[in-house]
Amino acid sequence: MARNVPASTRIGFTALAWIIALILFSPILWVLLTAFKTEAEAIANTPTFFPQNFTLENFGAVQARSDYIKHATNSIIVSVGSTLIGLVIGIPAAWAMAFAPTKRTKDVLMWMLSTKMMPAVGVLIPIYLIFRDLRLLDTVHGLTIIMTLINLPIIIWMLYTYFKEIPVDILEASRMDGAELWNEIVHVLVPMAVPGIASTLLLNVILAWNEAFWTITLTSGRAGTLTAFISSFSSPQGLFLAKLSAASLLAIAPILLMGWFSQKQLVRGLTFGAVK
Amino acid sequence: MATAQTRTLSRVMMAPAVIVLLIWMIVPLVMTLWFSFQNYSLINPMMTGFAGWANYVYVIGDPSFTQALVNTLILVGGVLAITVVGGVLLAMLLDQPIWGQGLLRIIVISPFFVMPPVAALIWKNGFMHPGYGMLGHLWKFFGLQPVDWFNQYPLFSVIVIVAWQWLPFATLILLTAIQSLSEEQREAAEMDGANALNRFRYIILPHMARAITIVILIQTIFLLGIFAEIRVTTGGGPGYASTNITFLVFRTGILSNDIGAGSAGGVVAVIIANIVAIFLMRAVGKNLDA
Amino acid sequence: MKLTPILVGAFTLALATSASAQTLTIATVNNGDMVRMQALSPAFTEETGIELNWVVLEENTLRQNVTTDIATNGGQYDVMTIGTYEAPIWAKQGWLTPLDALSADAEYDVDDILPPIREGLSFEGKLYAAPFYGESSFIMYRKDLMEKAGLEMPEAPTWEFIGEAARAMTDRSADINGICLRGKAGWGENMAFLTAMSNSFGARWFDENWAPQFNTPEWKSTLDTYLSLMADAGPSGASSNGFNENLTLFQQGKCGMWIDATVAASFVTNPDDSTVADQVGFALAPDNGLGKRGNWLWAWSLAIPNSSQNKEAAEQFINWATNKDYLALVAEQEGWANVPPGTRTSLYENPDYQAAAPFAKMTLDSINAANPAEPTVQPVPYTGVQFVAIPEFAGIATNVGQLFSAALAGQISADDALAQAQDAATRDMTRAGYIK
Repeated sequence: MARNVPASTRIGFTALAWIIALILFSPILWVLLTAFKTEAEAIANTPTFFPQNFTLENFGAVQARSDYIKHATNSIIVSVGSTLIGLVIGIPAAWAMAFAPTKRTKDVLMWMLSTKMMPAVGVLIPIYLIFRDLRLLDTVHGLTIIMTLINLPIIIWMLYTYFKEIPVDILEASRMDGAELWNEIVHVLVPMAVPGIASTLLLNVILAWNEAFWTITLTSGRAGTLTAFISSFSSPQGLFLAKLSAASLLAIAPILLMGWFSQKQLVRGLTFGAVK
Repeated sequence: MATAQTRTLSRVMMAPAVIVLLIWMIVPLVMTLWFSFQNYSLINPMMTGFAGWANYVYVIGDPSFTQALVNTLILVGGVLAITVVGGVLLAMLLDQPIWGQGLLRIIVISPFFVMPPVAALIWKNGFMHPGYGMLGHLWKFFGLQPVDWFNQYPLFSVIVIVAWQWLPFATLILLTAIQSLSEEQREAAEMDGANALNRFRYIILPHMARAITIVILIQTIFLLGIFAEIRVTTGGGPGYASTNITFLVFRTGILSNDIGAGSAGGVVAVIIANIVAIFLMRAVGKNLDA
Repeated sequence: MKLTPILVGAFTLALATSASAQTLTIATVNNGDMVRMQALSPAFTEETGIELNWVVLEENTLRQNVTTDIATNGGQYDVMTIGTYEAPIWAKQGWLTPLDALSADAEYDVDDILPPIREGLSFEGKLYAAPFYGESSFIMYRKDLMEKAGLEMPEAPTWEFIGEAARAMTDRSADINGICLRGKAGWGENMAFLTAMSNSFGARWFDENWAPQFNTPEWKSTLDTYLSLMADAGPSGASSNGFNENLTLFQQGKCGMWIDATVAASFVTNPDDSTVADQVGFALAPDNGLGKRGNWLWAWSLAIPNSSQNKEAAEQFINWATNKDYLALVAEQEGWANVPPGTRTSLYENPDYQAAAPFAKMTLDSINAANPAEPTVQPVPYTGVQFVAIPEFAGIATNVGQLFSAALAGQISADDALAQAQDAATRDMTRAGYIK
C-alpha cells in the first residue's frame, strides 16, 4: 500500500494509532508490571510504573499453591484436543455444505449456530447429572467433549464460509480429468483450504482456552484448566494484587504468545466470507 | 450439478456433525424442559412432583425479570455499538500508512486473548476501583473525585469490559475487509474527486457491510450469554442494575439451588435468544447470502 | 499436525494418573489459613502415605461446586470445606458422614472444641464437621485516630458511641473514613453483617410463623442507622466492599473503625501487610442496650460427603488438620499468632498464644457471646446468628442483600429496599412452603 501521503499526515496517524493501541493494551501492561512488584508496592497510594523492587516472589507463591504446569497442560489438551476433534467432524460437514448446497443448507447452518445460544447456566444441572452417570466429572476427556460441542457450530460455519470462496470450477475441471475424489480433496482442495483451516483452528483454540463456565463447574482437582487456576486466586482474604497479577499473567501468557506468533495465520482466514 | 451420488455423499459427510449437534441440543433441552415442570430443589429434597407452570410463573414474576431483559438488550446493543463503530474507525486508522503497523496489530488484538474472568479481575482491581484502581489515581491526578464505577455506572462498566475484549475481534475482521478493497477502487474514487466523507459513505462502508454483519452475528451469540464478567465484578448489582437474563437464571437456578425455577429460566432464556436471533437475521441477514 | 503425538501422550498420561489409589480430593476456600494448611500438608502425606489432591477455590465458586456435587451425589470430593450454615442442614439431609471416630478419639479431645462452635456443627448430638477455624465479629479501631478525635473506646460500646466516634474520626481530606463496613451483596457478605447488626436492634428475619419481618420498625432503624453511618463516615464505593476490600482499606490506614470477622485481627496487626499494625485496638461488637450484641458466629469446617469412597482416610485427614498437634505445627513453623483461631479452648488457655495474640481474649469473648439458639431479642423459629439455618436462606438473603446494597449505593431508598425485601422474602418463603 504505497500511497503517497505527506509526512505530517503520516506522523499524525501513527501517533494517534499508537496512543489508542496503548490505551487498549494498558490493562495487560498493568498485569505484566504488577506481577513483578511486591504486594505493598502494588497497592501503594502513589502508583509506580516500573516495579521498584523487581521480584519473582509472586510466581513462586502462586506455584506453591496451585500447580501451574498441571493446569496449563489441561488447558492445552482441552483446547487443542477439542478443536482437532471439531475439525475432524466439521471439515466434511462444511465441505458438503459448501460444494453440494441444498435449499436447506442455510437453515441447517443457522440451526447449528442457534445451539450456541443455549445459556450454559440453564443446562448446568442436566449436563452435570449426565456427566456424573457417565463418570465424566473432573476428567479431561469429558471437558474436551463439552468444548468440542460448544465450538463445533463456529468451526463448521467458519470452514463453510471459507470453503465457499474456493472457486468451484477448479474442482469441476479436476473431476473431468478423471481424478479420484480423494485426489481431488488432497491435491486441490486442501492446499486452498489450509489457511482457512489454520485460522479456524487458532480461533477455536482461543475460544476454548478462554471458556470459563464449564471448565470450572465440571472439574475439581485433576482436570482443572487455567480458568480454574485463576479462580483460586481471585478475592482471597486480602487483596494480593501482585499475586493475582502473576497468576493472571501465567494464565494468559501461553495463549497470548500463541496469538502473537500466529497472528498472520489467524487473520488470513478470519473473514467468515466477509471479503469478496 | 448435484447428482444423486454427491447428494448421498454430502449427507454422509454432514451426518456426524448433525447427529452430534442434535444430541447436544435435544438431550439437555429435553431435560431442562422436564425439570422446568418439576418441583426440584437441590437443597430441599421435600420439594418434589409435578409443578405445572409454577416455575415459569415464579421466574417471570421475579421482580428483576423485566429489568434483566432490558439489561440484556442494553448490554448486547451497547457492546455491539462500541465494537462496530470503534472497530470501523480503528480499522480505517490501521489501514493508513503508519509506522509499526505489524506491531500495532499485535498490540491491538491482545485483549481478545485474555480470558473473561481475568479481564474482569484486571478491570475491577487494577482500574475501576475508586481506592486503588488506576482510573481512580488518574482522576485524582487531575484533581477530580474518583468515580466509583461499579456502583454509579454498573451496567456501563460491564459494557466497557466486554467491549474491550471484543473490539480487537471486530477490528481485525473489519481491517481485513478494508484491505481487500482493491487499489483500483480506491483510486477510481479518488479520481472522481470524491471527498473523504463521501468515499467512506459510498465506497468503504458498503464494502464492509458483510463484515459488519458477521461481526454483529458472531458477537451477539457470545454477548447474549455474558456471565463471568458480571459475576466477578458487580454480582448483578447494585440491586438488579447489572443483572442480565443469564445472571438471573444463575441466581435462581444455582445460587438458590432451585433447579425447577432455574430450568424454567433457562427455557425462557433460550426463547429470548431465539427471538433476538430471528430479528437479527431479518435485520442483517440480507447481507449474508449463506 | 506435529502436536498430535504429544497430545495423545499427554492424554494417556492424564488418564493414567487419575487412577492411583489412596488419594483424597479436598475442596477448600482460598483463605490464608487454608492456604497454609495446603502448604503444610506434605507432612500428612509423609506420615500416612495418603496423597492429597487440592481444589482451592474462591469462596462463592467453592460453595457452588460443593453444593452441586453433594446434592447430586457427584462424588468428586472426599473432604469439603463448609460452614456452620451448611453443616446442620446437610447433616439433616443425610449428605454428610458423622465424625464418630473423631469424636471417640480421646487424643483428639472433642470436648476441647469451643461449645458454641461444636453446637453449630452438630446435628442431633452428633458432630458432622470439624472446625478448622472459628470466628465471631468485633470492632477493630485505630487507637491514634480515636485519640485524635478526643474519644476513648469502651470495651463494650453502643451503636450511639460508634456513630459519634465514626463521624468524629472522619477526615475526607486526608482520605480517612470513620468506619468501614461490608456493603457488597451476598448472604455471607453484607447480610452477615446486617443480620448480626439487626439482632442488636431487636429485629428478626421471621416471626414464629415464618412471616418475614422487614416491614418492622426494628429493621427500619437497623437499615437507617447503617445507611446514615456509611453516608457520613463510610468510604466511597462501599457497596462493592466485602471483607477483602475493607481489609485492604484498613491496612492502608483509610479506616478509623472496622467491624468484621475476628480472624482479621491477625492480618491488621501483621506489620508485613498492614501500615497501621501497631495502632490497632479491639472492642466487642456494639449493642443498643437490648441485651444482644451485633456479633456473629462462624466456623469454616471440614466434613466428609456420604458419596466419598475414602471415608476412613478422609477422617484421618480431618483429624490431622484440626487437632491440637496441627496448631502446634503451625505455631512452630509460622508463630503462634498465625495458628487458625477460634476452635479450641486449650488454645485460649495457652500462655504462648495469649502473648502472641493480643486479640485472643476479645475473640474468645465474642465467640462465647454469640448464641445461635437465641440470636435476637424476640423469639424466632430458627437457629443461626447471622443466618437462618434453613436451605432457602442463601437464596433469599442474596436477593435481599442486593436490595440493601442498592440502597447503600443510593439507587433506591431505605424504605423501598425494605418493602422490596419484604416482598421478595414473602414470595420465596411462600414458594418453599413455609407460608401456607
